[in-house]
Amino acid sequence: MFSAGASNLNPAATDAGARRLLSIAIFFGFTAGAMLVAQAWLFSLIIESVFLQGQTLAETASLFGWMLAAMGVRAAALLMETIVGQRSANRAKQALRQRLIEHLFRLGPIPLQNERTGDFIAVASEGVEALDAYISQYWPARILAVLSPLFTLLVVFLLDPWTSLVLVVAAPMLILMLALIGARAKALTEQRFLELSWMSAFFLDMLQGLTTLKLFGRSKEQAETIRQISAHYSATTMKVLATAFQTSLVMEWASTAATALVALEVSYRLMAGHLALAPALTVLLLTPEFFSPLRTFALRYHAGSAGKAALERIHAVLATPVGQLQPTPAPTTNAHLLKAASKPQSLGCDLLTLPAPIHFVHVSYAYAAREQPVLQDCTFTILPHRRTALIGASGAGKSTILHLLLRFLDPQQGEIRIGDVPLAHIPIDAWRAQVAWVGQSSYLFQGAVLDNLRLARPTASDEEIVAAAQAANAHEFIAALPDGYATRIGEQGVRLSAGQRQRLALARAFLKDAPFLLLDEPTAHLDPQNEHLVLEALERLMQGRTVLLVAHREGIVNTADDVILLKDGRATHFKGGVNAIRSSELTSFS
Amino acid sequence: MQFDLRNSLHSHERNAPLAGVAVEKLSPRRFSLRIILERLLRLAKPFRWWVVASALLSFATIGSNVGLTAVSAYLIAKAAVAMDVTQLSLAIAGVRFFAFARAAFRYGERYLTHLTAFRILTELRVWFYRSLEPLAPARLLQTHSGDLFTRIGADIETLENFYVRVVIPPFTALLVTAGMCAMLGIFTPTLAFIFVLYMLLTGVALPGLTQWMSRQAASEQIEKRNALNMLLVDSIQGMAELMGFGQADRQRNALLAQSAQFHRAQERLAMSRAAANGLSALFTGLVSFFILLFAAAMVNEGALDGVYLALLPLSAIAASEAVQPLSHAVQALETSRAAAERVFDLIDASPNILDPIQPLPPPQGHTLSVRNLYFHYPSSAVTAEPPVFNGLSFELHRGERLAITGASGAGKSTLAALLLRFWEADSGSILLDGQDIRAYAADDVRTCIAIAPQAPYFFHATIRDNLLVANPEAGEEELIEACRHAQVHEFIAGLPQGYDTLVGEHGLHLSGGERQRLAIARMLLKNAPIVILDEATTYLDADTAARVWKALDVALADRIVLILDHNELALSHADRVLRLMEGRLVDSGASGRRGCTSVA
Repeated sequence: MFSAGASNLNPAATDAGARRLLSIAIFFGFTAGAMLVAQAWLFSLIIESVFLQGQTLAETASLFGWMLAAMGVRAAALLMETIVGQRSANRAKQALRQRLIEHLFRLGPIPLQNERTGDFIAVASEGVEALDAYISQYWPARILAVLSPLFTLLVVFLLDPWTSLVLVVAAPMLILMLALIGARAKALTEQRFLELSWMSAFFLDMLQGLTTLKLFGRSKEQAETIRQISAHYSATTMKVLATAFQTSLVMEWASTAATALVALEVSYRLMAGHLALAPALTVLLLTPEFFSPLRTFALRYHAGSAGKAALERIHAVLATPVGQLQPTPAPTTNAHLLKAASKPQSLGCDLLTLPAPIHFVHVSYAYAAREQPVLQDCTFTILPHRRTALIGASGAGKSTILHLLLRFLDPQQGEIRIGDVPLAHIPIDAWRAQVAWVGQSSYLFQGAVLDNLRLARPTASDEEIVAAAQAANAHEFIAALPDGYATRIGEQGVRLSAGQRQRLALARAFLKDAPFLLLDEPTAHLDPQNEHLVLEALERLMQGRTVLLVAHREGIVNTADDVILLKDGRATHFKGGVNAIRSSELTSFS
Repeated sequence: MQFDLRNSLHSHERNAPLAGVAVEKLSPRRFSLRIILERLLRLAKPFRWWVVASALLSFATIGSNVGLTAVSAYLIAKAAVAMDVTQLSLAIAGVRFFAFARAAFRYGERYLTHLTAFRILTELRVWFYRSLEPLAPARLLQTHSGDLFTRIGADIETLENFYVRVVIPPFTALLVTAGMCAMLGIFTPTLAFIFVLYMLLTGVALPGLTQWMSRQAASEQIEKRNALNMLLVDSIQGMAELMGFGQADRQRNALLAQSAQFHRAQERLAMSRAAANGLSALFTGLVSFFILLFAAAMVNEGALDGVYLALLPLSAIAASEAVQPLSHAVQALETSRAAAERVFDLIDASPNILDPIQPLPPPQGHTLSVRNLYFHYPSSAVTAEPPVFNGLSFELHRGERLAITGASGAGKSTLAALLLRFWEADSGSILLDGQDIRAYAADDVRTCIAIAPQAPYFFHATIRDNLLVANPEAGEEELIEACRHAQVHEFIAGLPQGYDTLVGEHGLHLSGGERQRLAIARMLLKNAPIVILDEATTYLDADTAARVWKALDVALADRIVLILDHNELALSHADRVLRLMEGRLVDSGASGRRGCTSVA
């Protein structure tokens, strides 16, 4: 049913189930149109019988009966068209969402930071929803705009070839005119949307800045500005619209003019005795029906262009390259290692005999967007059961090192080794299970406190969770929440302070109980009281673990056993803590 | 650093909803439908004739279609029995007339309807802004969420639809029904009765019924969609946590399950839409069927000329065009109602700051004193919070600098809001030049005070315009001097378009530090005798912050300066440092630049 070119554009075409459902929906739509043709013919027969042949109701009862049946079938077909169309759209949407979500998880957290987060959500939610009308309405209308008029034309040809000639001439002219205006109207519609969005953006800007305007005593005079700008945009938009309305003028005029033409042409020949009343009346009734699928298509054209635009955005997102997160070994070795991950007793865990030193060996990394590599030939070692501080100016690559260790990124050159094993050879999940990580601000999910903590270890018992919260200095404030551990947090629940959130993040790390701990300035953005509570819990957490600590403030750095200083993409290692570095060197980075 | 997730997003921003995501909340019903309709209609009163004219044009459009159909059917029937073309000439003229009138009326109707809608939208925006202006920001803080304004902006655009989609169609349908009754009534009242019955059934009962049936499915669909969006936001913003804790697979499955649930809700909604489509087509068929049946019986009896037999049912079908928009009207009524409820809900709050009837002349800002201030936020549903201020007092004279420190959330920003008269204290008083600030006009008080907030707002306009908001009369030299003090002139001058660079969504993206420095420049430009620095340098690096504070020491030498901060550098530039604890000011232990720490 779809041409090769069309199948690229129609997401339903890539899913066999969706495609079948869409064909069925189109079949129902076609049936509904065919029933209308049948009704017109029956109607005309009744008129002829009663008016010209003077038949009684009893004599025409069967015609009336057939007419009722045609109406019933038409109603049922319309009902089914909507239902099946929605099913088809849903199947295609679900398949696309699945692809998008899988792509998202393959991308990992790093590429998502480039301000495209909102974009991605908009694509996965509104973008995919724009396909709903595209599949369930635009596509049936597009196919039916060809099929139904052809069928109608065939019936008209059989009844009265002369009238079919009128339609055959009128249709291409109409389509030509629409194409001419349509191309212009499309540009105009886009311009209109642009103007409208400017207008709302301006209004929103004024509302959002209301407090600022008030601070400077400028708020009252803005009402008049809003009126002027709004009126100005209305005027320009109306100019655009006036042209766009010409499309509907042409459409309307073509349809009515054809009806008028057919009515005149048919009645002359009827009077001359070249035509019977029933076919004459039928072709008159079918003339607007001939154009009606085209009108439906024109009405849904917007859903089509919106759908196409959404589809382009979806494909753009799906085309985002999935970083270098593929493990470096050959595919066979890779598969072997991944299999090992599911069996804890085999290779995956054998490799990980922790505690082991973590070696960075000539590691380099450059973000594609920058020419200067962040890390350049970095070599250093994080020794087990020691606290290593990572310091350096902002932008020196501290976070990149954490991301490399978490395998959100892989080195472009050099390698990271855990003991003797290259990190890239260890299954990602098996490795991440060994690492706990607390950042400057940890993300809390919509939902209960308990669920947020359990994220770290889904099998944890309630007692274990409370114990972890106590260790993290979080139990007290959680217990004071309206529903304790069951309290919902996030946008629709209780809002927590930065310090409280950070202590929940620590509780997660306690629960995870991993031998290797990554800390990324965990006390940044905290006021002194919270800082104290977090530091106290951190001290407990760091006991007996290998710790890599990214730090700015001298307070925490002072507790480190070793210090790694990042500068110009290179690492300098100072054994024996902060005292080993010349104070001038340290202060320039703190 | 650009690629650092932890640095680039601050805690509260990470959990804030992202703009552009539809997270709709079903607001509780608080207004009756009658009151909402009354208020909405009152707003459009200046436009009532526009609305009437639109409805009349819409009636004329449908009327032309009825005319074209009826006259064509008559023409063909007449042609079957006519002997002479002259008998048809009137009908032929009618066909031609209606064919052109229809297209012309359609064009006029669409043009006028949109013009009316835009005019109403403009007035709605001005009306909304005027109503909101006295409420900002105190009454808005309670509901303040990142997307409140986006939401409300969309609501106002929805209300524009109210007049075009809700008010005009029933009006048009009434006119069409009346016209059809008049025409059918000429033949026999029974036909008119059948038509009225049809209009009631298809135009009123069916949309009402489907709306009622789909209400639950619709709210379920919104609910599922919100849940899906929320889960998406969570998955993306919490991606690092999900992967770090090995929960990616579980989250992926949860997302797909949620998406499937949303689709099931959509299918239930489609079911009622499908039923409405089918029934509406069935009813339209039936009205022509019964009119044909009844008219055929009349022709049999000789009560009706057979020439009119086709015309009657066909004109009824043509007139059914007036019914289609009614089902949309019922839907639009529902969405308009929800939008109106949110808008009215926001607007109806009474401003908590009222100017005195006879305000004192504007204050000069020589002294600022706070006496025994007590303040409590309106209690939230979740927790009963202790008062923010519980007997707060201090006094400041020209040239003095006070720093107030304290844990975040202790109320430092609230103090600024009270001084600016954005909120009213529960008891105690704030005195400006020895007079209670409530005795002045609120705008005069604000003229006297300039503030550099932690998170300043900038308009989608040029840097210059954003700065001149503070003082439209300021000259170029003044502008540059303020920017020099704020250590931001070099940055601006280095931009390709300098001070004329656009900022905001479609322009330059400013970093936190740049925003704060611009805010300080804007504060300086205002040239106010009292200055508040509310964590104004938190995003600046230590070096730049030190230079800014040094410059401020000079620029603000003869002003009253209030520093609200817990950063040591900021505190070191005050004469006195007090700590805000449990609603009172206590000795901070830290000493300011003159080593004096006593409570005033």
